[in-house]
Amino acid sequence: MLFHGWVTIMAFFICVVAMTRPLGGFLKRVLEGEQHVLGRIIGPVERGIYRAAGIQEDREQSWSQYAIAVIVFKVICFIAVYTLLRFQGVLPLNPNGMRGVAPDLAYNTAISFVTNTNWQSYAGETTMSHLSQMLGLTVQNFVSAAAGIAIAAAVIRGFTRRSAASIGNFWADLVRTTLYVLLPICVVLALLFVLEGVPQTLLGSVTASTLEGTRQTIALGPVASQEAIKMLGTNGGGFFNVNSAHPFENPNALTNFVQMLAIFALGAGLTNMFGRMVGRERQGWAIFSAMAALFLVGTVVTYWSEAHANPLLHALGIDPSLGNMEGKETRFGIVGSALFATVTTDASCGAVNAMHESFLPLGGMVPLVNMMLGEVIFGGVGSGLYGFLLFAIIAVFMAGLMVGRTPEYLGKKIEAREIKMTMLAVLCLPLVMLGFTALAVVVPSGLSALSTSGPHGFTEALYAYTSAAANNGSAFAGLTANPFWNVTLGIAMMVGRFFVIIPVLAIAGAMAAKKTAAPTPGTFPTDTGLFIALVTGVILIVGGLTFLPALALGPIVEHLAMLRGTLF
Amino acid sequence: MTLIRQLRPALVIFGLLSLLTGFLYPLSMTAISSVLMPNKAAGSLIHDGKRTVGSVLIGQNFTQSRYFHGRPSATIGADPADPTKSVPTPYNAAASMASNASPTSKALVERVAAALTQVRAENPEAVAADWPIPMDLVTTSASGLDPDISPQAAFFQVKRIARVRNIPEETVRQLVEHMITHPLMGWLGEPHVNVLELNMALDALHR
Repeated sequence: MLFHGWVTIMAFFICVVAMTRPLGGFLKRVLEGEQHVLGRIIGPVERGIYRAAGIQEDREQSWSQYAIAVIVFKVICFIAVYTLLRFQGVLPLNPNGMRGVAPDLAYNTAISFVTNTNWQSYAGETTMSHLSQMLGLTVQNFVSAAAGIAIAAAVIRGFTRRSAASIGNFWADLVRTTLYVLLPICVVLALLFVLEGVPQTLLGSVTASTLEGTRQTIALGPVASQEAIKMLGTNGGGFFNVNSAHPFENPNALTNFVQMLAIFALGAGLTNMFGRMVGRERQGWAIFSAMAALFLVGTVVTYWSEAHANPLLHALGIDPSLGNMEGKETRFGIVGSALFATVTTDASCGAVNAMHESFLPLGGMVPLVNMMLGEVIFGGVGSGLYGFLLFAIIAVFMAGLMVGRTPEYLGKKIEAREIKMTMLAVLCLPLVMLGFTALAVVVPSGLSALSTSGPHGFTEALYAYTSAAANNGSAFAGLTANPFWNVTLGIAMMVGRFFVIIPVLAIAGAMAAKKTAAPTPGTFPTDTGLFIALVTGVILIVGGLTFLPALALGPIVEHLAMLRGTLF
Repeated sequence: MTLIRQLRPALVIFGLLSLLTGFLYPLSMTAISSVLMPNKAAGSLIHDGKRTVGSVLIGQNFTQSRYFHGRPSATIGADPADPTKSVPTPYNAAASMASNASPTSKALVERVAAALTQVRAENPEAVAADWPIPMDLVTTSASGLDPDISPQAAFFQVKRIARVRNIPEETVRQLVEHMITHPLMGWLGEPHVNVLELNMALDALHR
């Protein structure tokens, strides 16, 4: 671990802190329908969309209407992407002559992008036409992220309103987020990426005649435009097979730094938007602090792990000073790879710039644990915040049990129905993650896809279902997905998305309908260090206790085996 | 019925946002970058007269002893003899790929040991001088297309290049020194050397 590595981590964290307030302020203006600079320029487009769609943006929906709107929209997205992928072979903008995608892969990919997971069972440059990349995948990168932010806004409204029947209008939230937040930032990011060397072209591959006189075919495409939203929307689906490790997706240390900032930007900004909307920014900073603590711990552990060379390779007589370089790029080195791996799994992004499968056992365990905690460390755009609020509800519930008072959060009484809904969401994730893993390691079609045996093979399966259910999308990518995996991972992604969205919207509806109690001396304050510690503890205990046995069978036993020099 | 009432907004908004984010956005980015930054937008290609030598961002498979070598690459490609089969094809920029080797797998240790033997055989002078063998020179990169090596890995090959090209070792060493990209602002990124650019500069020494 080197000095410049610590400087990089600190500089990154300072930038995240600095972005949080301005972004939070802007997000609130957009989602509350207030006046802002971009509204004057793009406003006519927004109003044109509403007219064409026949909706009144200020006509609000109840939680169930909001949820139905979300689901109808998602179903249409799924059908559109699936159809596009199946027929891409006969559609235009296909310079490299890609064929239609197989049914199980098209199903898996469509769910993957609709749920903001962006698990990739395919290799981009050998599977997708430019049309599929743009009209299929890039569009979903935008709208699945916008839907996440919309839902987060609706949930916050539930907490801020008193005796209300509605929590906002999904269509207005969706359109505003896309037009005013995602698109403008992406334009800036995409042009910056091109300036740093990311290609943006509609042409197909180029064939070069190398210095040694051999032929090298170089895949190209509209990469920069997809790269921008891939990061900002915490989507993570790369243009190329190796994602942000590809020099065309992530050409240097600066783009690497900006990509990591883009992953955290909106997740961090939303904590501040939350604070502003509930009328006290400190409430947002409390959430931010709990997230930041978990982020920093994960980063240090990963950096520490990867800065060591693999002892099995060191034993061969190789200089260990560069650290564990298998599956990493020279220009990012250890700190650029370790920080990226932590950031991408804290947020449910899932882009990778180094191969998590080749991390040392404990270094690879951190991304896994980050996802098991429910993607609430800044998290996916929107989903991170509403996921975190579920843990906040559990935390105040526990605090209430300890002192024997009805728990309250932001002046709202937390009652049986809310706790049931919270538990439904919190328990569904481990059920899917562990249940499918158990299935995959006993059935032949599950086992045949694993690239390695022993504890690492088990971790590969566990990582896959954890990533899918947490809507992350990164992988221990040695896994060769077959129809069994494509189908089961698809189910895991759907459960991971909708079994959180629907309960959380139901909670929002219930909260909106309640009265808001004024704080009394007996109220448990939720903007103090005690609350931060309590909620962090709840996240770790729920995640830790549920998954510890599985982690012991995977990365922990592999670490011990590595120290003993055992090979698999 | 809520469900039916939501169908029109869902369809219309999906269609319009698709048009905006799936066509207008990528196409306008393409248009703007092809005017303002045409070379970068097209993949930072290097031309030598009519011939395209490659992309400065994409590593090449250097095997001759007169060139600096890059890192091992895990990419594969179709077997020229039997297109249904895949064979190792290092630096295949049409299909990026990593080894995804498990840190505790026999396959990894055996592969790295083989790479180590090869690196040692190729650089007898460096081995005789007891220089440490840098980790990046025997491990595969994440993309299989890593254009860079560490300065240590470049210096390790200097004696070989000097011998094969019959030029003073000091000249080669200075060239490597000159070609190192240092971290931005002194902390952001790792020091590295672009192998293609280094080899082109090496060839230029003889002109």
